[in-house]
Amino acid sequence: MNYLKFVFAAFLLACGGTQTANDTLVFVRGSDSVGLDPALETDGESFKVCDNIYETLVTYDEETTEVIPQLAHAWDVSDDMLTWTFHLRTDVQFHDGTPFNAQAMLFSLGRQFFKDHPHHDIPGAYKYWKDMDMDNIVSDMSAPNDSTFVFQLKRANAPFLSNLAMNFCAAVSPTAVEKYGSDFFKHPTGTGPFRFVEWRKDERIILDRNEQYWGKTTPLKRLIFKPIQEASVRFLELKQGTAQGMDNLNPEYIEQIRNNPDLQLLTQPGMNVGYLAMNMDKPPFDKPLVRRALNHAINKQALVDNFYQGLALAAKNPIPPTMWSYNDQVQGYEYDPQRARQLLAEAGLSDGFETELWAMPVPRPYMPQPDKIAQAIQADLEKIGVRAKIVQWEWGTYLDKVSQGEHTMALLGWTGDNGDPDNFLYVLLDKTAAEKPAGNIAFYRSDQLHDVLVRARASAQRDERDALYRQAQEIIFRDAPWVPLVHATQTAAFRHNVEGFKLHPTGNKWFRNVRINTP
Amino acid sequence: MHLYILKRIVLLFPTLLGISLLVFLMLYFVPGDPAQIMLGERANAETLAELRTEMGLDQPFYIQFYRFFSGLLSGDLGRSIRTHEKITVEIFQRFPATFELTLFSMFIATFVGISTGILAAVRRGKFIDLLSMIGATAGISMPIFWLALLLVLMFSVYLPIFPVSGRMGTHIYLEPVTYFYTLDAVLAGDWAALSNVLWHLTLPAIALGTIPMAVIARMTRASLLEVLGEDYVRTAWAKGLARRWVILRHAMRNAFIPTLTVIALEFGYLLGGAVITETIFAWPGVGRWLFLAVQARDFRAVQGGVLLIATIFVLVNLLADILYAWLDPRIRYEK
Repeated sequence: MNYLKFVFAAFLLACGGTQTANDTLVFVRGSDSVGLDPALETDGESFKVCDNIYETLVTYDEETTEVIPQLAHAWDVSDDMLTWTFHLRTDVQFHDGTPFNAQAMLFSLGRQFFKDHPHHDIPGAYKYWKDMDMDNIVSDMSAPNDSTFVFQLKRANAPFLSNLAMNFCAAVSPTAVEKYGSDFFKHPTGTGPFRFVEWRKDERIILDRNEQYWGKTTPLKRLIFKPIQEASVRFLELKQGTAQGMDNLNPEYIEQIRNNPDLQLLTQPGMNVGYLAMNMDKPPFDKPLVRRALNHAINKQALVDNFYQGLALAAKNPIPPTMWSYNDQVQGYEYDPQRARQLLAEAGLSDGFETELWAMPVPRPYMPQPDKIAQAIQADLEKIGVRAKIVQWEWGTYLDKVSQGEHTMALLGWTGDNGDPDNFLYVLLDKTAAEKPAGNIAFYRSDQLHDVLVRARASAQRDERDALYRQAQEIIFRDAPWVPLVHATQTAAFRHNVEGFKLHPTGNKWFRNVRINTP
Repeated sequence: MHLYILKRIVLLFPTLLGISLLVFLMLYFVPGDPAQIMLGERANAETLAELRTEMGLDQPFYIQFYRFFSGLLSGDLGRSIRTHEKITVEIFQRFPATFELTLFSMFIATFVGISTGILAAVRRGKFIDLLSMIGATAGISMPIFWLALLLVLMFSVYLPIFPVSGRMGTHIYLEPVTYFYTLDAVLAGDWAALSNVLWHLTLPAIALGTIPMAVIARMTRASLLEVLGEDYVRTAWAKGLARRWVILRHAMRNAFIPTLTVIALEFGYLLGGAVITETIFAWPGVGRWLFLAVQARDFRAVQGGVLLIATIFVLVNLLADILYAWLDPRIRYEK
């Protein structure tokens, strides 16, 4: 009997301990980070943690993709836009006590840029650096003194500044990289408002407040990221109060969260697009009339209602409405099967035609149920006499084949990186992106669009760039290489007493201003 | 006997070589380029080529296998493609979670399963027999996904007795020494942590233990019933031995061998990682890790993981064979 009493007491003790203190926030998410070296990672779950440990020369405004100072308090650009000089803060140090200066910045970016840098060749390539085309933008970088950092560019490139706000351009402690070498990804050391404490793989990552932070120290003392793959279990943790926040909610929980006074829901149109690309190298998609007909044939609102439970916006432009330069003047093609049939007839295809519709085999952030969406589109097309056969491949094969242009029509999408319209329009629709393996899988080659996009890249004037991108959207609307389908909404939920968290269009998760109020 | 064990251990090596070759071939021919999967929508010709070189994917098949195998012989399984972590470290950090959970599940399954089996056999045809065998049938046929969620809903939500998920409370800090949290807690002398860890173990152990429990109960009942009909048991009864003595000492000793086989097999299966239980309880074990590795075509991780599981499976079976010999003199004296 005494034994039973002991067990019971032990249980009570254990139960009593579950309430986390008011300055600790547990954030549950679908999977663990892959690694915590900001220059190596490519997955959102790694960046969510890196966002709080590291900082960059410039960063995004709290709620928009506007670029603002961070580790650099100011910067100048030469008239030819080839020399960018950043003036660094002098009151910053890394979590391990190493002072932050221009040399540290040169180390952080130089290991990705200089081929002969001692830390250039490590397991895991610097994928984002290459992906954002930095090798072709930057010609040199230097640190003339402790507080000045200079980039020389090969050609004028306005989106370059937005790239610098991305995680891969973060300052990492040179001392820590030297010390841990290729294991730095599990000993992350930055200058951010939180410092790394512990990582138990697939179990939790613990960050603590950086008491030596150069800016305002965070209200939270401890931030814990806990991966739970099963969505229902994640939601239970939040409901029980053992977690205070979560993201990527299943649509079926939205109503429950809205009706639960203990919880709050945050939503924001995401910086993404899901689209249907028509391969213009293959007939009949070389005819603009056919492409416009298909644009009229697909009921986008029905897709939003049925497969996103309303958590998406029907798209009319390639870029989402949260992005600057979004052109709301573009009419979009309304759902009108009658008009679609008429356009097909005008194109000499009154009997319709047979084609293939390729669909991704895996859910993507911009398209959670690609197979069902493909079926709905198939049914819509059937109504105008277009008989589409759905084709699926294993994910890696799919990406490979569409980039080689083997498809006629294919579903795909994009999630923005740096918040610049160039990062959507140039990489997805410019004619240079139609070279195989292509990012432009409509194989849309417009000299007019190319001219506009190149001018926008080379301009330092924000107003001018804005006007050019608006023009670009009109050209794309007219030529209709895609059926832009949806912009999926990003979601997060928190306990009602959590305050100060803002969803960011880039998907960044910053906890620096988050506090938990006493209930 | 010693020769027998030695032979079994020597046989382990060609078995593992065969397994690693098989897994290598499977991963090599299955569609899906790991570099392409990793880069997703943003793959371009340059990054793809560079990543393939770094992963060694641009090498011919036999060189890739040679590299893997020579690494294996020197105890180096390489680094995971997906996480750039050493495979040995990945396994070392996750396997204890699986092992600890398996031990507890099998403890519950064996204890409850054997007791139920004995009870059912002794009270054959009575109400208790019927009830326990209905329970066992239900246990075998229950989808573990459903059972695990049901347990969470009942004992974590409606009756909030147990935690929803995880290996220990987020507020607990334990120095990771062995990654067996019960052991780490004991080593640290932290009894609050120990009770917290045990408290977190309970529901997943029950969920994972249900099927083995049912199998063990049915096997115990069946083999005990068979033995209870034997002449030597009748003799034992006739000698006037106590009921407990006849059943546990005379009958059960012989009836236990088939049960032991089942226990060993189930133990081996569970050690391979239980993807579903690990997923629902957010248990950081090898099952889920291996599952993700397969999805990412992280062939180095899959190789390492499968080799580990195969080795364990073979070793557990060897252990079971040794135990038979210990239990059953006929086996012992054969060689």
